[in-house]
Amino acid sequence: MPIDKFEILESTCVPLPAENIDTDQIIPARFLKAISREGFANYLFRDWRYDKNNKPVPDFILNNTEYSGQILLGGKNFGSGSSREHAAWAIYDYGFKVVVSSFFADIFKNNALNTGLLPVQVTKSFLKILFTAIENDHGTIVKIDLPNQEISLAASGIKENFEINSYKKECLLNGYDDIDYLISLKRRIIDFEKIKSFENEN
Amino acid sequence: MKTLFDKIWDAHVISSIENGPDVLYIDRHLIHEVTSPQAFAGLRKRNFPVFRPEKIIAAADHNIPTQNQHLPIRDELSKQQVDKLSENCREHNITLYGINHPFNGIIHVIAPELGLTQPGMTIVCGDSHTSTHGAFGCIAFGIGTSEVEMALASQCVLQTKPKKMRIFINGKLNKCVSSKDIILHIISKISASGSTGYFIEYAGSTIRNMSMEARMTICNMSIEMGARGGIIAPDETTFNYIKDRKFSPKGTDMDKSLILFKTLKSDDNAVFDKELSFKAEDIEPMITYGTNPGMGMKITDSIPFIEDIEENNRESFRKSMEYMNFIPGRSLIDLPVDFVFVGSCTNGRIEDIRAFTSLVQGHKKADRITAWIVPGSKQVEKQAKAEGLVNLLYEAGFELRQPGCSACLAMNEDKIPEGKYSVSTSNRNFEGRQGPGARTLLASPLVAAASAITGKITDPRIFK
Repeated sequence: MPIDKFEILESTCVPLPAENIDTDQIIPARFLKAISREGFANYLFRDWRYDKNNKPVPDFILNNTEYSGQILLGGKNFGSGSSREHAAWAIYDYGFKVVVSSFFADIFKNNALNTGLLPVQVTKSFLKILFTAIENDHGTIVKIDLPNQEISLAASGIKENFEINSYKKECLLNGYDDIDYLISLKRRIIDFEKIKSFENEN
Repeated sequence: MKTLFDKIWDAHVISSIENGPDVLYIDRHLIHEVTSPQAFAGLRKRNFPVFRPEKIIAAADHNIPTQNQHLPIRDELSKQQVDKLSENCREHNITLYGINHPFNGIIHVIAPELGLTQPGMTIVCGDSHTSTHGAFGCIAFGIGTSEVEMALASQCVLQTKPKKMRIFINGKLNKCVSSKDIILHIISKISASGSTGYFIEYAGSTIRNMSMEARMTICNMSIEMGARGGIIAPDETTFNYIKDRKFSPKGTDMDKSLILFKTLKSDDNAVFDKELSFKAEDIEPMITYGTNPGMGMKITDSIPFIEDIEENNRESFRKSMEYMNFIPGRSLIDLPVDFVFVGSCTNGRIEDIRAFTSLVQGHKKADRITAWIVPGSKQVEKQAKAEGLVNLLYEAGFELRQPGCSACLAMNEDKIPEGKYSVSTSNRNFEGRQGPGARTLLASPLVAAASAITGKITDPRIFK
């Protein structure tokens, strides 16, 4: 699927400081039965967000009206476990454009990038600064600047650079996805197959 | 001087993007009903064909019931997903081992048993436990649905080459210690994120002396410490397992393949980014006490105290104690349990059913236990019947269900009820993994068997 373009975002944040937030928490398996990509927002953090009678859990951050925004802050090892891309879809579908953590699970990171959701990996100390700033002022604005690979606190100007490989950066800036690129390589793929089958037969 | 991983990876790179990922050619693409429908829909939208349908194998496994498989699937959404897989496979000429097919089963169980998994291959599947196939000396890893779409469209995926880690396990295993205990031990030492960014090669005498099925259990759970996958250099054990399988090379083809297979090992002075070493003698039967697979301990140990936990992890630890209703510092021995689940791509193969049966044989299932013994495939089911295991299980109060992913992720009706304790041979003890509010304790088939007989957490060594 072609992805939405991303350049610069200034937004308040929703903090979820738990560590090891696995994809079963982001979206439990029983909600993976859809055959389309849409509508997963309802199931985001379902079992933390709603009790067994489907009543919102008042303590859970997404049910706390004091917090809102397009940036989700998570603790270390965000997105571990299952490869379900539905986890990234659910976060994006809910309205988040960026997830910030000090550490992402590999498959989740790929899935997020392929969905157009930007994973921003920061240092432990910077993550702590963000959590503290938001705890003190729920309206704290964080700026994500993809061209300069920079995340900053708008008020104080405290900032940090983040890594992203230049190919994926281009994809996000322009809204490209990988399939167009791979299809453009078809001739080389066919040549590779020919060489490989020749090697196998000899 | 290359690692085994580098040799296979480099041989599959079609091109490299500067400061970006490699274009990696995929030899075998496995698909199932949950993570493929949106990929097919994406292709349809772009009007692209499936590029190499003959390199794709499909199975319905995640959603299917494990009883009365001859009847229509009752859950409408599950049925829709399984039907969609059939429809997509028909439309695109993809081989499907659907429900009731003699080769049906969990995709990571059936591909090896059919000889579809072979040394030197690259294998992907929209499922994180694709790492299982690394036991044969393959690069096998889980991908997301966008990547499934890439693989359908081009037989390639874009991947950044991971770093390489080697883990040695040397020595002789203690009584009642299986490969499940080894991997739970390793994860408990290096944590659920200890290998993120790495691909792991497992080596050492303990690995060499293991069966293929035991090796698969180890590679399967590589993802539970964050690794993209695990790999084990193929050897005579591997070659013996592969030969005479349905789709393995035959005759002179096999002779040619063997020449290649035998080159598949890390060079003596190959450099790894990280190396770790474990002694088999240090490993005992394991059990998990928390809500990620890194929270494991020797079955005779006690849950750590909060003071023993690294400060950053204390909040998660507290939360998991609350979820599990456990008290830090306590032993789990004799904790009453309600459910025992034997199955999954981790421990649903014939050796697992054998191990479980060997222990329960001559005993009776405890009344309080509901046991779900779920074979990983139709062929495992058939073999269990042929070996008389089904009768032995029946005499001990257990029945064998029909194959599928079942209670490992509880997408079908095999859900552990809220608040109940489940000793499970599967791979994840995340909150709600086996059903909303379910409390999972990961363990080996032998620990599951001992606990099924007594109705409480039990060290299997007292039975052996």
